[in-house]
Amino acid sequence: MAIVTPLKTAAEQALSQQFANVKAELPGTLPVRKLREDAFAGFEAKGLPHRRLESWRYTDLRGLLREAKPLATAASVTPAITARLAALPFDGVRLVLVDGAFRPELSTLEGLPDGVSVQPLTEALVSTREDLARILSGPSIADSDTGLMLNTALMRDGVFVEITEGTELAAPIAIVSLVSGEEETAIFHRSVVLAAKGVKATIVEVSESAGPKASQINGAIVFETGDESDVQHLRLVTRQVPETVQVQSLLATVGAHAKFESFALVCKAATLRQQYFVKYAGEHSEIGLRGVNLLGGAEHSDVTLVMDHAVPHGVSRELFKNIIGGEATGVFQGKVIVRPHAQKTDGGMKSNTLLLNDGASMFNKPELEIFADDVVCGHGATVAQMDGEQLFYLMARGLPQPQAEALVLQAFAGEAVEFVADEDLRAFVMAEIRAWLSQREASSVVSTV
Amino acid sequence: MVGLVPTIPVFLFHVQVVDARHRAEHDAAEIRTETMLEIRNLVVKIADEDKQIINGLNLTVNDGEVAAIMGPNGSGKSTLSYVIAGKEDYEVLDGEILLNGENVLEMEADARAAAGIFLAFQYPLEIPGVATMTFLKAAMNAQRKARGEAELLTPDFIKRVNSAADALSIDKAMLRRPLNVGFSGGEKKRMEILQMALLSPSMCILDETDSGLDIDALRIVAEGVNALRDKSRGFLVITHYQRLLEHIVPDTVHVMSKGRIVKTGGKELALELEKSGYAAYAEAA
Repeated sequence: MAIVTPLKTAAEQALSQQFANVKAELPGTLPVRKLREDAFAGFEAKGLPHRRLESWRYTDLRGLLREAKPLATAASVTPAITARLAALPFDGVRLVLVDGAFRPELSTLEGLPDGVSVQPLTEALVSTREDLARILSGPSIADSDTGLMLNTALMRDGVFVEITEGTELAAPIAIVSLVSGEEETAIFHRSVVLAAKGVKATIVEVSESAGPKASQINGAIVFETGDESDVQHLRLVTRQVPETVQVQSLLATVGAHAKFESFALVCKAATLRQQYFVKYAGEHSEIGLRGVNLLGGAEHSDVTLVMDHAVPHGVSRELFKNIIGGEATGVFQGKVIVRPHAQKTDGGMKSNTLLLNDGASMFNKPELEIFADDVVCGHGATVAQMDGEQLFYLMARGLPQPQAEALVLQAFAGEAVEFVADEDLRAFVMAEIRAWLSQREASSVVSTV
Repeated sequence: MVGLVPTIPVFLFHVQVVDARHRAEHDAAEIRTETMLEIRNLVVKIADEDKQIINGLNLTVNDGEVAAIMGPNGSGKSTLSYVIAGKEDYEVLDGEILLNGENVLEMEADARAAAGIFLAFQYPLEIPGVATMTFLKAAMNAQRKARGEAELLTPDFIKRVNSAADALSIDKAMLRRPLNVGFSGGEKKRMEILQMALLSPSMCILDETDSGLDIDALRIVAEGVNALRDKSRGFLVITHYQRLLEHIVPDTVHVMSKGRIVKTGGKELALELEKSGYAAYAEAA
């Protein structure tokens, strides 16, 4: 009888070797170890996600990871890291990861607001809390994702943030993840935010690289939000080294009568896959996932989301604005699931793209799986070029072409940015967009209709 | 109207700055002409098609002159306005367009605007997400920058916009809305004239400004234009109908047909056309 063994790539073999080498020293209680073992077994059975898997169709991680970089170890704090931290504008609590490891000396841990506690993930993973494995796993819709499995198996550190009932935070909590970039490494980190009933909080997540070497980053953030909470999440993936390959997963379970809003700005992010697995755990909640992807050169940005309306009366909105130039590729895959009893669901999903030139591409794949009969769900995807008539109108009023383009593009992106609730953060996002637009050279040729 | 008067000295200043450049180049060799706009033997086709629209057109607009171009549909009137303003969809096969003696054909649309050309669009474009005030300030400052002038300070800018808006009965709330988005036909045309007043061009081209306007809006727009009439500014008013010319009384009327000017006369020519129609000129071309 012939035994069929799937052919493993060099990277897959290296990952297996790495896991075998480090699993004993990775932090975790017995249930966490089991979680890691199961996840890795799941990964080994399927291998790195590739284009024949529907949910990874446009981001072939197997092809992108020709080799698995060595796992990151304790990095030194370079002047570039210090400089980047000094340049970031966020006041309030700042939690810093360098190469995926929590760095208390770079973080603001003294004077945490009342109701907020922070633990390094390494500590949380060895704590005795019984619900740890459940919290780490997130919604079940994420279970079969091999990108996330790798994170579960190899996650080394991160932060574990708990916000107690009724706490209203005036300033954002920033989780800043910097890559030292002195060596080519692989980084696996995961953070958890537990927001109890009635919490109002803003979480900012930054992913940047400070050094010249490319990395393989696999990050995850898990949200569990209580009833009547209002949690705003802002993710900034910027300043990456061109060959960096990054997967960022967001897992959220949202309580009843709650609000959860996530916004992601992607610019100069090299190759990035963002995946969202979001579930309604209670009725009458509103969830918004939005973002702006600014792509040029050979960059690649994949936004893949699964929105699980598991209960009735949920409202969901997705809006992603993509501006794509060079030879860059954008991907939007949005799946909205409405379970049989999730009546009165109201879902609206949109992906709008402007392609700046011939070499740029965008793939859109909206999917609605509706098993209830009294719902309102819609989706729309547009891919267009800039409107030459609009540009001529602006130029006829004296605006030079780059400025006319920037004005139109800024307005296009702004339609999503306006959902960032915090005024300072919104201004910061717009400033990042303007900076990208002004760099995107005047020299670049834009095709119009 | 009163609000517009104080801005006129500023117009003169701009024109002088633009002229100064030409003088440096031309004065030694020739005496500066009184001609604001001169079009010589212009031949234009659509860039991607083999379709010629303008066929050897000659036209002169002098400083302070209001010239009207009338003509039937398809005679090339709008194309002419686009070609003067610098739209890229056309290919100029022959001829020259001179503004104050300088050929503008090699200039991009923004440079032509900074040099003093203003086109009031027949169909002003909607620009979602760009607040009208933001746009106005960007446009004014871009032109000032191109002319080497300092940027406007915000209080000064707001004062100018408010006074120009009052003169055109433009609601201030409109200025906060995205440019032209959801504006009525009349509001869009008033917004064009507002821009014209604020940018103080030396050569104004009005493309079918009367289309889509009711009588009251037409009167407001015409008064706005008349307030800008000045001995240092030329106007080219493109229209199908004599109606607009009752409100903006031209010095000269040109009849355009099949891409050429086929007859030129005084303001009485417009009345004559209103009676006889364009049929006779179609043959003349």
